[in-house]
Amino acid sequence: MNTQEKLKAFQQRIDKGEKIEPKDWMPERYRKQLIRMMSQHAHSEIVGMLPEGNWITRAPSLKRKMVLLAKVQDEAGHGLYLYSATETLGVKRQNLVEDYLYGKAKYSSIFNYPTLSYADICVIGWLVDGAAIVNQTMLAKSSYGPYARANIRICKEESFHKKQGYEMLAKMASGSPDQQKMAQDAVNRWWWPTLMMFGPPDTESPNSAELIKWRVKSKTNDELRQSFVDRSVMEAQAIGIEIPDPDLKYNEETGHWDFGEIPWDEFWRVIKGDGPMNRERLKARRKAYEEGAWVREAAMEYARKKKLKEDKAS
Amino acid sequence: MNTNQNIPKAKKELVVEILLRLADDRLIHGHRLSEWAGHGPELEEDLALANVALDMIGHAAALYKYAAEIEGKPDEDHYAYFRDDIDFKNVAMVELPKGDFAFTIARQFLFSAYSYFLYEKLIETVGDEQFNGMLQKHFKEIKYHFRHSREWVFRLGDGTEESHERIQHAFDEIWMYTGELFSLDDAERTAIDKNLFVDISELKEPWLALVKDTLEEATLTLPDDDQYMFSGSRQGKHTEHLGHLLAQMQFLRRSYPDAEWK
Repeated sequence: MNTQEKLKAFQQRIDKGEKIEPKDWMPERYRKQLIRMMSQHAHSEIVGMLPEGNWITRAPSLKRKMVLLAKVQDEAGHGLYLYSATETLGVKRQNLVEDYLYGKAKYSSIFNYPTLSYADICVIGWLVDGAAIVNQTMLAKSSYGPYARANIRICKEESFHKKQGYEMLAKMASGSPDQQKMAQDAVNRWWWPTLMMFGPPDTESPNSAELIKWRVKSKTNDELRQSFVDRSVMEAQAIGIEIPDPDLKYNEETGHWDFGEIPWDEFWRVIKGDGPMNRERLKARRKAYEEGAWVREAAMEYARKKKLKEDKAS
Repeated sequence: MNTNQNIPKAKKELVVEILLRLADDRLIHGHRLSEWAGHGPELEEDLALANVALDMIGHAAALYKYAAEIEGKPDEDHYAYFRDDIDFKNVAMVELPKGDFAFTIARQFLFSAYSYFLYEKLIETVGDEQFNGMLQKHFKEIKYHFRHSREWVFRLGDGTEESHERIQHAFDEIWMYTGELFSLDDAERTAIDKNLFVDISELKEPWLALVKDTLEEATLTLPDDDQYMFSGSRQGKHTEHLGHLLAQMQFLRRSYPDAEWK
């Protein structure tokens, strides 16, 4: 088969809803797009440990401390199997990691905002994980087998995180005046950055059409964003939290909630590394990576020596 | 079922004392380990250290909960959030700042080995069913913490020159805090008479043998016991580090003590 025929056969498999597996033929561009998306997803899980980790030592009850620690641990786990899934495409974890630490690879813009009060932890669970679930539920049906399966697993754990965050936020929203103030303040700060998590508007999303054609995605950024807004408005109302958008209005015709203009200038700046916490987050991750170098070297050297001994013995 | 109804008052106090000693060790150690979340040397260790931290804080919460039942306190959080450093009964070793990965591993190894022998004996001794049930459950996880840290002692000790130096330095630095792990005080002596505790001074020998073997295999030198040994933490005389740790851990809960935080 020549390349044209291979491409055609590949598209036919996709159209039939078949899963593409690591050893199957795939267009180079499909492989590249997946490496980009999947590693970006993995980096996001890892960088995402930082804003939440910021409150582990200060969590206000032992139960909440354990919930948060378990959540951050889950994120490390998600990162680990997303990197493993990405490695099925013929790349190495270390190179991917170095690509976001020192190169051009991205992670989700949402983690470039600070967690200022404990309510932020609840809001991250509710909104940020809620947004991630909307996205990952779609990705669980992705045409690339390993990525789809990783997302199925991730979604289960994220649903639990979301539930925990939402429940605690509900308690704060109906708690003492100080708690109510913290809860609303956190929502005010996180609402717009969360809407940006779905990526640029469809008119400015160069990758979307191709990803949908290959069924890596099945919905556009704006479609996903709208379904998130619809769901979040109801959830906010149920616990007496106000969404900080004066233009938010139910549209009888479409059956959706119309919302105000997302501050896209801010989005583009944060994406390009110029947001409130970009420098700090990268600095913290680079520090962990560089300070861990001697540990990784020791583990490799020990394994080498051990193998040498075993070889000699046999 | 709550099995503490018929314990006489003096015995209740002793049970609580022992529960808190065990729990405080685990809460404070867990706190230090939890500081690694997101900052580990590799992803696998971010997972492992968080896992060990979670186990330890979970053990502490269970022990506190039982103490709260006995004493009629509201819940486990009372002990974690509303006591000051003079009331904390953990050994000093666990409150020292997390240091580098070598320090974290050396401490976890020495403490898990100690916990291993302690729990093994406690399970044979403690008659209280609820208490013993907890000990048995936690013992399984302590074995994992021990294995995890011991494997790293081998890797770091017999890895590169740098890792060897770092872990040797860590053991040398912590050694002065190992003395109080095995020194008995009056409360513990009384508890031993009532089958609530074990003679920890007898655990020193098997502990030292295990540590010695491990260090030897890891090409490391056992630090000298003949040096200043820190003591007094079980009686509330801590290092300067605990106050800072508690200030951080307790500030939010104490700032809004009447709010619901569970």
